[in-house]
Amino acid sequence: MRYAVLGGGPSGLYFALLAKKANPNDDVIVVERNPPDATFGWGVVFSEETLGALRDADYETYTEIGESFARWNAIDIYYHDTKIRSRGHVFTGISRKVLLNILQRRCNALGVRLEFEREIRDLAEFEGADLIVGADGINGLVRRTYGEFFKPQVVTHPTKYVWFGSDMPLDAFTFIFRRNDHGLFQVHAYPFDAHTCTFIVECPEDAWRRAGLESASEADSIAYCEALFQPELRGRRLMSNRSLWVNFATLRQETWHRGQVVVLGDAAHTAHFSIGSGTKLAMEDSIALVDALRRHHDLPAALNDYEMERQPVVERFQEAALESSSYFEHVSRYAQFDPRQFAFNLLTRSRRITYVNLTQRDPELVRTVDSWFAAAAIGSPDGALRLSPPPMFAPFQIGDLTLPNRVAVAVGSDLEEAARLGAGLVITEFVSVTEDGRITSETPVIDRTTQDHLRLAVERIHKAGSRVALQLGHAGRRGSMRPRSEGVDRPLRQGGWRLTAASPIAYTPHAALPKEMTGRDIAHLVKVFALAAKAAAGCGFDALELNFAHGYLVAGFISPLTNRRTDEYGGSLENRMRLPLAVLDLVRTTWERPLLVRISASDWAPGGSDLDEAVAIAALLKTHGCDLVHAVMGQTIWEGRPDYRRLFGVPASDRIRNEAGIPTLATGNITTADDVNTILAAGRADLCMLDLRATG
Amino acid sequence: MNIGVGLPTSTPGINAELLLDWAKRADAGPFSSLGVVDRVAYQNYEPFTALAAAAAVTRRVRLATMVVIAPLRNTAILAKQAASLDAISGGRLTLGLAVGARGEDYQASGIDSRGRGRRFAEQLEAIRDVWEEGKIGPTPKRPGPQMLVGGSSGEALARMARYADGYMHGGGPARAFAGAASKALTAWSDLGRPGRPRLWGMGYFALGDGITDAGAEYLRHYYAFTGPFAEKIAAGNLTSPGAIADFIRGYEDAGCDELVLFPTVSGIEQIDRLAEVIG
Repeated sequence: MRYAVLGGGPSGLYFALLAKKANPNDDVIVVERNPPDATFGWGVVFSEETLGALRDADYETYTEIGESFARWNAIDIYYHDTKIRSRGHVFTGISRKVLLNILQRRCNALGVRLEFEREIRDLAEFEGADLIVGADGINGLVRRTYGEFFKPQVVTHPTKYVWFGSDMPLDAFTFIFRRNDHGLFQVHAYPFDAHTCTFIVECPEDAWRRAGLESASEADSIAYCEALFQPELRGRRLMSNRSLWVNFATLRQETWHRGQVVVLGDAAHTAHFSIGSGTKLAMEDSIALVDALRRHHDLPAALNDYEMERQPVVERFQEAALESSSYFEHVSRYAQFDPRQFAFNLLTRSRRITYVNLTQRDPELVRTVDSWFAAAAIGSPDGALRLSPPPMFAPFQIGDLTLPNRVAVAVGSDLEEAARLGAGLVITEFVSVTEDGRITSETPVIDRTTQDHLRLAVERIHKAGSRVALQLGHAGRRGSMRPRSEGVDRPLRQGGWRLTAASPIAYTPHAALPKEMTGRDIAHLVKVFALAAKAAAGCGFDALELNFAHGYLVAGFISPLTNRRTDEYGGSLENRMRLPLAVLDLVRTTWERPLLVRISASDWAPGGSDLDEAVAIAALLKTHGCDLVHAVMGQTIWEGRPDYRRLFGVPASDRIRNEAGIPTLATGNITTADDVNTILAAGRADLCMLDLRATG
Repeated sequence: MNIGVGLPTSTPGINAELLLDWAKRADAGPFSSLGVVDRVAYQNYEPFTALAAAAAVTRRVRLATMVVIAPLRNTAILAKQAASLDAISGGRLTLGLAVGARGEDYQASGIDSRGRGRRFAEQLEAIRDVWEEGKIGPTPKRPGPQMLVGGSSGEALARMARYADGYMHGGGPARAFAGAASKALTAWSDLGRPGRPRLWGMGYFALGDGITDAGAEYLRHYYAFTGPFAEKIAAGNLTSPGAIADFIRGYEDAGCDELVLFPTVSGIEQIDRLAEVIG
């Protein structure tokens, strides 16, 4: 076989040496346009797992790499005026230049031909090669030639960042957060030998402009950053190496090969620098590709096998990297966090590390977070007991009400079952404020006949140690449907009732057309909500949840997709919120206990409300006496674009809680205690709706 | 978990005799269902026709469309065909429906593929009404044939949770099934549907010396519309008893209710070999 490798970075060299080692008769050439000792960027990070793979693939280079490593196990977080150290995270780093030198020497020893300072302009120059390996990066020739065939998707990230080096001695992966008049800047720094570290500075684009960095020279940028991070640098220098401010681009491609051409590393995929996995993924690609070539005599089968092995792994890292980059893009949201919660949130940002993983790595830190969380939960000053429950079992205070734990469950009509679950908060099924506000013929209405039943249920739930909220709503255009055991949103054929809504738009093609509500209808609706709230108090409910979500009547006013009114109840957000806030205001006059409001934080539909608007809605609800927002998603319209991924409602809860400054209940495919503890400790919600669905 | 087998209706060399023999053996064997795929611009048998033939020579197995591309069909006729097949087979129909992924099937049928998702949702809303209203017969026994919906998008899962009895997965390794199943369960509870959806999965197999390449070749051809992804599907063909056992275990762990294994080569010995592996 004759292999032509484009690009003399770690992945290209590693592929070349492994391929040559596997079959010394093969002809392997690496072409690199820069000289052998030129390198851009500073250090490279590997995990223990990657080191194991490197050891198995080529013991000779592994030994050399091992001798040149910096190893550390801590993450330092500089935030406000504190420094928090978390231990138990094993990292190793090496100078990129040293790594390249080791790989180049090994290539030479094995007989790989290395051609530096040769610029390839056309892949035709490699005619005769059995396989062309594109290790030439995201903007390299191979992608320029085959880019479209690989079906690329490129996401450009909004923040600006720059790679510096520094002679600051570090013994930990270091995050520094510093706010000045221009904005919030953060540093990702990690050591790669005893004297030098990589020092990446990242900031929002507007901060970068305000700081004048748009037009700054390299020297000016260095001066600015040195001054900004003077407290941590303590007189050490920043060093430049073609250090330009850029935006990171995440590259995904549907396929990584065509005919006799295959890509690896950054030419195949990229993952945001904040999880430090670029070189690791690239070198693992090299190992997998050589293994696949050894397993198969047939080239297409080998390339396919390589892709099948690597794509799922890379996708997982890309998912994590997107979570991580999104965290850094919005980190100013968490500026009010206690440093312990800030640290926990930072460490669990990519979702790859959860409460349980972090407990294994750093039990002391998690204990500290648990103690702080439990103490804060009961309003106690610091110095709580060192033995504290995990966040899921910390109590939660809303007004005078104390929930024994942080788990909420939604139940159907079987409140008996609800009492047995042990959740801190039980939320009833949808109970209608009026007969014509029912969803289906089975939806209960709060009236004299149901109150006795509800009162008994509340007593039973209290006896079991839980607290219970009554969910009140009016179905609006989603009313007059069949029982949900027969399907959802299927209109009743007989015995239906007339529907009302913000605007006369049927929920489904077969559903009845609702009547547009008049001013009198609206005034009446507000009153019946207040009356229902009064009845709820009589039943002994601990809390009330107003359902302003999922396309029901009140939600119909909030979403621009379902509210086409031209009066004072339609148009601007202020107008669309007029009815919901009127309901809230009047309910508040008859209901003194905790008041929850359920909203669809996104309509999951183009042209509908999104998370930005949800933050504004939540802020309005807060000023009108709402104590907690229950953030759900979608169902505003019949044919939306839902996304049921794991924890799908948590980003909405996170934003509402930390931007509108109101407690939240998070929902959305939350199925484990580990998820609940992670979400709570990281400050992404105050309560979690645990999905106790039957599995298996 | 039940295990079903696909009818050879799209592999090279299909014929009526094989189809009927295969169906009889499935009915006698350890299989719980017979599945068929649906394409228009392809050398395959139309799914309702094939299942009607199978219904005539079987007494026990369920007859499953996996899946019928609903928007290519008139809703009333589709509902009538399904109800008829269900009646002829004594209530053994499992009607799997989806929008399909192949533009050429839409072109060949003269149907615009744009807006197919919404049209599909409208069909789902209508089909049960047709069955229940009694105007277009035969009227099935309530609640009508088991109906499943396939597709991986959030929209597909919401349609499934609103109107169907369960979810029909489109194939792939067990972890892909597990991910889709978790979303299906979530969609179901998010929409407030009581109970849980039935979960169906599918896989491909070819058992015996020297036929592996033919099986892979068929899958490459059948899935050519997916571009380079067809190679991955071809590589997932189960070609050894061990691979089949692992696959079954993975699906069972992921909560699958019914796993249907489709042949990738035409040959009556294939179902015998599969029956032997399953035991």
